[in-house]
Amino acid sequence: MARMKFLCDSDRCIECNACVTACKNEHEVPWGINRRRVVTINDGRPGERSISMACMHCTDAPCAAVCPVSCFYTTADAIVLHDKDLCIGCGYCFYACPFGAPQYPRVGNFGGRGKMDKCTYCAGGPQQDNTIVEYTQYGSNRIAEGKLPLCAEMCSTKALLAGDGEMIATIYRERVQARGYGAGAWGWRTAYRETVTV
Amino acid sequence: MTRLAFALALLLAAPAFGQSQPGAPAAGAPEIQAPVPEVGAGRGAQPAGQVPESTATGDRPTGQQPTPAAQAVTAPQPRQPSAQAPTPAPFSDRGQPSAEELELQAALRGERISGRITIPDRQAGNLIQPEGRDWRDFHNRTLTWVGGVAVLGMLAILALFFLVKGRLEVEAGPAGRTIQRFNLFERVAHWMTASSFVVLGLSGLNLTFGRFLLLPLIGPEAFTAVSLWGKIAHNYLAFPFTLGIVLLFLIWVRDNIPNKLDIAWLKAGGGFVGHAHPDAHRFNAGQKAVFWITVLGGTLVAVSGYVLIFPFAVTDIAGQQLAHTVHGILSVLMVAVMLGHIYIGSLGMKGAFDAMGSGEVDLNWAREHHNLWVEEELSKARTTVTGPNAPRPLGAD
Repeated sequence: MARMKFLCDSDRCIECNACVTACKNEHEVPWGINRRRVVTINDGRPGERSISMACMHCTDAPCAAVCPVSCFYTTADAIVLHDKDLCIGCGYCFYACPFGAPQYPRVGNFGGRGKMDKCTYCAGGPQQDNTIVEYTQYGSNRIAEGKLPLCAEMCSTKALLAGDGEMIATIYRERVQARGYGAGAWGWRTAYRETVTV
Repeated sequence: MTRLAFALALLLAAPAFGQSQPGAPAAGAPEIQAPVPEVGAGRGAQPAGQVPESTATGDRPTGQQPTPAAQAVTAPQPRQPSAQAPTPAPFSDRGQPSAEELELQAALRGERISGRITIPDRQAGNLIQPEGRDWRDFHNRTLTWVGGVAVLGMLAILALFFLVKGRLEVEAGPAGRTIQRFNLFERVAHWMTASSFVVLGLSGLNLTFGRFLLLPLIGPEAFTAVSLWGKIAHNYLAFPFTLGIVLLFLIWVRDNIPNKLDIAWLKAGGGFVGHAHPDAHRFNAGQKAVFWITVLGGTLVAVSGYVLIFPFAVTDIAGQQLAHTVHGILSVLMVAVMLGHIYIGSLGMKGAFDAMGSGEVDLNWAREHHNLWVEEELSKARTTVTGPNAPRPLGAD
């Protein structure tokens, strides 16, 4: 089985936000929920980089560790998913997540949170694959169709890579060797306790 | 200040640096470099190899404003008039930032890597926040241990106490006559606070311990239903609890100012541990302690709770994590203290519950535990009965 990961090559990312749009459209994500976003660091200064960030599907995921109702599970492809029927919207996963991935619709009382929503790696949820129920709750399940996440597939500069960790690391490594520079794999140290050595 | 000193130090080194090393060619860089403007080095802090910058000395609206000193130092240097406009150096080594390095630094310093974002959600501007690990550690380890030890430890102490001392009796036996200890308003305020605290405490403990204790027993669906209702109750009951804290403070603060008697009471071990019945006014030192723990602890718990209930309204992710830390630790400690309070007010001492039940306590119980208060009340009653404005019994004249 593969170990699915995301890798954003920030030397290629042009902050076009196509990944964000693709994700929103593919899953019909509600207004105000951002499963993926593009953050620009050092904006307007030397060393400016844009990085597309979503759930990194961590090894030993912090969200799963702190969830009071244990609604998270990890698939055979090491994709971290959660069961919205069990989620109570407490917000703990947002406090623990290093990447700000969990999102909450504002449906509850006060500033309250509805059931958490996050990047599913286009792998749906615990419902039957590719059913209406699954689509309504989690969006489409491209993994079940043998496809990779749409954000990475749509990326115009191929900055965002998705797939087996080894394979995308190899692609990135080759790029860095060919062009002579590379900022590295954003979030990998935090999410997987490893980095891509060139 | 240090940044300025650093910039000046770089400026002093700038002429030599600018002439001898116009951008050291980095690995993989083309041999021939475009001429690097001398002032480039004077801008400080940037590696010489990374100069996709204009030749203008200042005026660029960047974060790093060159000081007037920068122009003073670099101005006398003769500029080579060149026919072509100085082109920026090609992208050789793009240098900083390195993802790995930044993440390591952020993790070590407890900082976040954040930047600009094009969506309104400001929290989304945080790219990586390594403090999440610390919070996870707090939630999963510290809070679980502190809460577990505090609550179970208190229960163990109380059970032991009950086995050793049994139920504390009224030593002189019931007098049969009663005296009013708490009026209706006081009791309502107490029970409003107490009942909301019980639900708040249980639903809160459920969030920390439920998945170990309750989830295996009743299954995930039922546990989610319980926890969801618990969350809703927790959110709404925060308000009566806060109101109760305010009311209790206002009606009882007068009688809860610590004084000398409290020291004597504590030395004698109170009526709980020791056998003597030290002097006490309306509230003894133990009750005063419970009062101040409730008022001060309850205030902090309430304030941190309102920060959590309106997420990101007043603070950022670090503030939310801190609010949860304060809320969690203080709450489990308060639960432990309140277990002791509940024990002594019900099972632990005969006659104590009446104070908050009917509001009328047995006179002998009151004499034993609050002798000075009883005297005060009785003398007040005497002046009411026998004073100049006292009502006279019919036919007394």
